[in-house]
Amino acid sequence: MTENSNTDKSRRQFLGSAAVAAGMAVAPGVILHQTASAKPADEAISSKVRWGMLIDTAKCANGCDACVSACDEEHNLGGGRSETDAQWIRKVELRDKQTGHSLTMPLLCQHCEFPPCVDVCPTGASFRREDGIVLVDKHICIGCRYCMMACPYKARSFIHEDLHDQKPYSPRGKGTVESCTFCVHRVDRDETPACVEACDAEGHNAMIFGDMNNPDSEISRQLASYSSSQIRGDLGLNTGVRYRGI
Amino acid sequence: MKQQIHYREIDGRSPGFFALLGLIGALILVGLGAAYYMEHNGHYVTGMTNQIVWGTPHVFAVFLIVAASGALNVASISSVFGKTAYKPLARLSGLLAIALLVGGLAVLVLDLGRPDRLIVAMTKYNFKSIFAWNIFLYTGFMVIVAVYMWFLMERKMNRFSKVGGLTAFIWRIMLTTGTGSIFGFLVARQAYDAALMAPMFVIMSFSYGLAIYLLVLMAAYKWTNRPLGDAIIFRLKNLLGVFIASVLYFVVVYHLTNLYMTEHHSYERFVLMDGGVYTQLFWVVQILLGSLLPLLLLYLPATGKSRTWIGISAALVIIGGMAQIYIIIIGGQAFPLVLFPGMEVSSSFYDGVVSHYAPSLPEILLGIGGTAIAAIIVLLGVRVLRFLPVSLEDKYTDPHHETTGTAAQASEATA
Ligand code: SF4
Repeated sequence: MTENSNTDKSRRQFLGSAAVAAGMAVAPGVILHQTASAKPADEAISSKVRWGMLIDTAKCANGCDACVSACDEEHNLGGGRSETDAQWIRKVELRDKQTGHSLTMPLLCQHCEFPPCVDVCPTGASFRREDGIVLVDKHICIGCRYCMMACPYKARSFIHEDLHDQKPYSPRGKGTVESCTFCVHRVDRDETPACVEACDAEGHNAMIFGDMNNPDSEISRQLASYSSSQIRGDLGLNTGVRYRGI
Repeated sequence: MKQQIHYREIDGRSPGFFALLGLIGALILVGLGAAYYMEHNGHYVTGMTNQIVWGTPHVFAVFLIVAASGALNVASISSVFGKTAYKPLARLSGLLAIALLVGGLAVLVLDLGRPDRLIVAMTKYNFKSIFAWNIFLYTGFMVIVAVYMWFLMERKMNRFSKVGGLTAFIWRIMLTTGTGSIFGFLVARQAYDAALMAPMFVIMSFSYGLAIYLLVLMAAYKWTNRPLGDAIIFRLKNLLGVFIASVLYFVVVYHLTNLYMTEHHSYERFVLMDGGVYTQLFWVVQILLGSLLPLLLLYLPATGKSRTWIGISAALVIIGGMAQIYIIIIGGQAFPLVLFPGMEVSSSFYDGVVSHYAPSLPEILLGIGGTAIAAIIVLLGVRVLRFLPVSLEDKYTDPHHETTGTAAQASEATA
């Protein structure tokens, strides 16, 4: 399910761009910062690009969690109590109740085009970059957790305790909410997210990252030639993460 | 025969007054201490997790906020619907509304991950967020009710009280709708995906607000030894009965519509049958203790005329209401999100399982602290301003009350 009716779509597009505008308006500091430090000055973040990910569940190996460990390592996540630890990416096991067919796959922030977390955030801390990456501005987040209530994918985590040894490129803060950034610090250097790199290093190649707006990119070619789906496609969020084989 | 109503501040010199003040003050301090403890250590020390992100503080906060708009009802009935019997009760109604709202908001704010950023919340708005709208609805409510109170209390402004009352009434409906919509807009969650959520919150507010009003009224008159006639008590308790029944009706409709939609069956099963603590809270506390029992007590001749039983009924309504909000907020989160219909799901992040939550002491103390903030506002309010009529004997509140014996009997017979 990838298409909405036309009216619905245009309405959502309007609302979406309004939300982006709001995000831009309230989070200029962060955007400027990221632009300045991580991107060549002549290349602005623009909506010509839509970063996305394609996950092939057939290639995702049972029992492997290289992507999860890589993410924890990259952003120094983890702690000691799973109920309150941040998890930006997790492995989910599925079993069809009727047929018994089972599969496994990573689940992360789906970087929706119309993200509910951005809609509900009272301060605009939760925002969507023009290139499709959904982020939280840690300076504006008041820690109300409304975005966590709104996220259909349970992709967000609240920081429940003091943090130590933070990575300079991945700022986090006690009392605020965070989620997968698509490794925006890497993306802005034209690198792939840590999870994708780890999956490739294991030889599974289950994740493809790239620009969904560029017809020549690997991800676009794959999406065009094989069927894929969105999780909870019924919500019409136009996710940036797509799956094959579910 | 029209009686002039006199209002006066309470005395506030008795040991009882200071004892009450001290008790409430202590509860507030404990609540603030709990908030600091949570803030300092992070929410790690609470029962809240990444699965149950809103916990007991939110149950208290939502209950108080919902009750706040309901407490204003009594004033609305007098000003908007022109029922003179309620007129002497209007001032207290406004005070209670503001107090409950402040108490609820205090809990909400003190539970934020970064309460120090309140100023951010006040200056940066995302107008698509119902939360941001609510910030305006809440502050607006306080201002409007305060002005309305002034219209009521200042003789020169009395003539505007009807307009003030109407504005406050419309605003309060919007406010509760806004509060209900916080949940109604969460389309992804099985428990909340219902437009019925907003009107149900409005009805709930009627019931909770009136229950609190009744208790405060009876306590205030008892402790100050001011006369309080049966006429007004019976009126209010009959009204409470109607509200309890209306909430019950909405609850039934809500669950019936959910049962009609196959995709919501598992959530219904969870609440109504095998949700453990949530199922028990629903049947035992919300339905039995919080709805059916008070209905019975209020209408049975043996108990319906006793103030003690009326007070107990009101308290039961409050307890049942807390349970109802607990089920909505916490039960709604404990129930797993349905990401893959028809699939069994498991993960390291508690997908596909009912999440565990137990209220922690700091959360409860924070909630009680917020309630105490509401209480101190009422207590100091009636101490310094003229909120309470000196007497609420029947002749002031019963429009049919006549001084001559025969007429009184006649009105008794027709009543
Ligand atoms: S927790 Fe932060 S990012 Fe999420 S809705 Fe609240 S303010 Fe916005």
